[in-house]
Amino acid sequence: MAVCVAVIAKENYPLYIRSIPTENELKFHYTVHTSLDVVDEKISAMGKALVDQRELYLGLLYPTEDYKVYGYVTNSKVKFVMVVDSSNTALRDNEIRSMFRKLHNSYTDVMCNPFYNPGDCIHSRAFDNMVTSMMMQVC
Amino acid sequence: MEQGPGGAAAGGAGLLLPLSDTEQQRYSELFSLCCSPAPEGGSAPAPAAGGSKVGDLFRASQLPADTLHQITELCGAKRVGYFGPAQFYVALKLIAAAQSGLPVRIESIKSELPLPRFMALKNDIEMRYGNAAEILGVKFQIPHPILEKNSFRRSDEGDKKETKSPPMSPMCSPPASPSNYQRIPLSYGYGKSRSKLEQPHGVSYEARHSTHQQDGPATGNYGSKSALVHSSLSRFLSVESEPQDSSNYPDDPWRITEEQREYYINQFKSLQPDLNSLISGSVAKNFFTKSKLPIPELSHVWELSDVDCDGALTLPEFCAAFHLIVARKNGYPLPDMLPETLLPDYLQPASLKPKRDCALLDSYSESLSVSQQTRDFNRTELETVCEDPTNSEPLILFDVATSIVEPTSVEEMPDKSALTQDANSDDNQALNISTTTKTIPKDFKPSQHLSVKTVVQESNTLKARPRSRSYSSTSIEEAMKKGEEPPMPPPRPQKSHSRASSLDLNKIFQQNTQAVKSGWLPPPPALPPRPFVSQTEQVSEIELHPQMNRAPSQTEESSPMRKEILLTQPPSKPIRRKFRSENQMLENQELTPTSSVTSSLPAVKPHLPAQNRQSSKQKRAIQTAIRKNKEANAVLARLNSELQQQLKEVHKERIALETQLEQLRPVTVL
Repeated sequence: MAVCVAVIAKENYPLYIRSIPTENELKFHYTVHTSLDVVDEKISAMGKALVDQRELYLGLLYPTEDYKVYGYVTNSKVKFVMVVDSSNTALRDNEIRSMFRKLHNSYTDVMCNPFYNPGDCIHSRAFDNMVTSMMMQVC
Repeated sequence: MEQGPGGAAAGGAGLLLPLSDTEQQRYSELFSLCCSPAPEGGSAPAPAAGGSKVGDLFRASQLPADTLHQITELCGAKRVGYFGPAQFYVALKLIAAAQSGLPVRIESIKSELPLPRFMALKNDIEMRYGNAAEILGVKFQIPHPILEKNSFRRSDEGDKKETKSPPMSPMCSPPASPSNYQRIPLSYGYGKSRSKLEQPHGVSYEARHSTHQQDGPATGNYGSKSALVHSSLSRFLSVESEPQDSSNYPDDPWRITEEQREYYINQFKSLQPDLNSLISGSVAKNFFTKSKLPIPELSHVWELSDVDCDGALTLPEFCAAFHLIVARKNGYPLPDMLPETLLPDYLQPASLKPKRDCALLDSYSESLSVSQQTRDFNRTELETVCEDPTNSEPLILFDVATSIVEPTSVEEMPDKSALTQDANSDDNQALNISTTTKTIPKDFKPSQHLSVKTVVQESNTLKARPRSRSYSSTSIEEAMKKGEEPPMPPPRPQKSHSRASSLDLNKIFQQNTQAVKSGWLPPPPALPPRPFVSQTEQVSEIELHPQMNRAPSQTEESSPMRKEILLTQPPSKPIRRKFRSENQMLENQELTPTSSVTSSLPAVKPHLPAQNRQSSKQKRAIQTAIRKNKEANAVLARLNSELQQQLKEVHKERIALETQLEQLRPVTVL
């Protein structure tokens, strides 16, 4: 369902970014970048309360006419951003949540790999496969 | 089977061809060797021998080409178009005749002839041994299992081989690195060994021994096969077992052979002595980094092998990771999905086989002209002893698996490793060999797969159990206490009491000593609440309620009341124990001196006789707890009396305080 999936590190640089329509990648990169501001805004707004209570799923960050952008933050300030095609009206919030959960689990598995240095780009095949499974349904 | 082909050969050739036992065995061996490459060849000699392999075999006999042609024509293969058992046997006989110098005629094979000699075989093995470039690689397993299968498919007597092999080896090449060679003749000798005609064939063995190297896969099978056969002799439990294993073996680079597994286990041990716990990610990272594989590949290997994604490697996971790395170093591309044979579920029962000595490890590192990297593995690992990792719950040893697999001799390892080295060097050869010697591994690992197959289910169930057990095994005392709590109610006082009393002893002793030392002086009013109070509380409360004359409201009395509870309970416990008479006596003895303590004691007494009858019945059941109970009884009785005294005094204090309070009250009210 997703058109573009991005994993952004705490320092706001991308660890992993992948989009399905490969010809228009730059547009999605830009979208993800702009959505980071929204993410930060949401984090800071809730951050004054206990961080524990902050929910990981941020919800719809930024709707445009073509697509919607959803966000998800982990407790270590790693952000997942997902761009979804607006034409997929059937996508419900729960589905987005489940997709983020899968992303988070895969990301955790990547982190468990001792050969992965936190902060490196994610090259894990398992992670790629999982993201592909999420994105393939669009095409 | 030997008779049949003999007769068939006769029929095929139009003459009666008597084959001696040795000949028959030998020929059947050779035939199945030539047949085995074809997967469908199976154990039946009916299918025809592969033409190419037969050709190789014939060329190994070092007869001139035209002679071979003659033989081929005579045996009828050309006529029939394939090498059936009959044709093959006749051909072998003709080869023997030709080698003996007899003319290639049908008539010449009617007489008793020595077995045909195949010179070419030796070269093949030498080539393999000579190329010592590779590590324990994937190719190990290919020749090994295959070779084993071959030999055992046709030989039902693994035991006989065992007995024969020792006498065989001395006759052959010197031990050294040619320990492989020692094994080689065995393959030839099997048929003979059975017939106990080793001596006459000693020479021929050596000749064949030397012939090993020359020929291709068919003959190559012999050499490696023999080595493996010999090496795994001790393991053969069932020769014909596990057809499913044989089908899996053939071109499976992802299957871990026995010696590989042992090597991995030894490496695991060097990192983490406890085979049931985990290797942490950092330790594993350092270890695998030594393999000099690029980090992304190592990362991928980790992803594949860490099935439970916990950042640590169990033994099967470690074996899988190591195997993948070894395969990668040998040129096999890493798979995208973990092969089935490397799954921890699959490996787990096998991984818990008997531990090999470090001697094996040393022999591996020496005999293997393994790349320096792996040697670095060995040595550096010995240095990098495990910093012990994040051990999650320890698993329980699977002793079932260990009992099944018989340990292999140390010598076998170097041979195998050497073999595998050479095998690795020739990928193609190895693959060919793998196909041809497929039958061997089936027998090579009958025990292993028996254990694997049979234990897999157990391991699956066992796997779940250790995790649940680990929680409960954290402290025995807790378990004991938990076990005590249910039986607390009066109906089953004995179990709880017997245990609780022993527990109580541990804790009471500390306080008892104080009290005893003080000579029955009142201990400090605030005694630490004992953990068993909760356990004993239930029963004691029931008994004590009638005894409780004081209001429990005050906190001061809560502890004395607890003590009272404890006091009353301990004396009652001994009563409820198995041996009642002694307890009773003890109690009476101790109760009498403390009779003046409180009224609670007399109240307890009436309970005693009733329970004595119960305990008497059970006393017979448990004899071992008598002594403990006696001691506990004595201690508890003493404690009881002490606490009763304390209670008395505390009550006196309370009364005094109350009076003071009353005196003061009118003042405050104003």
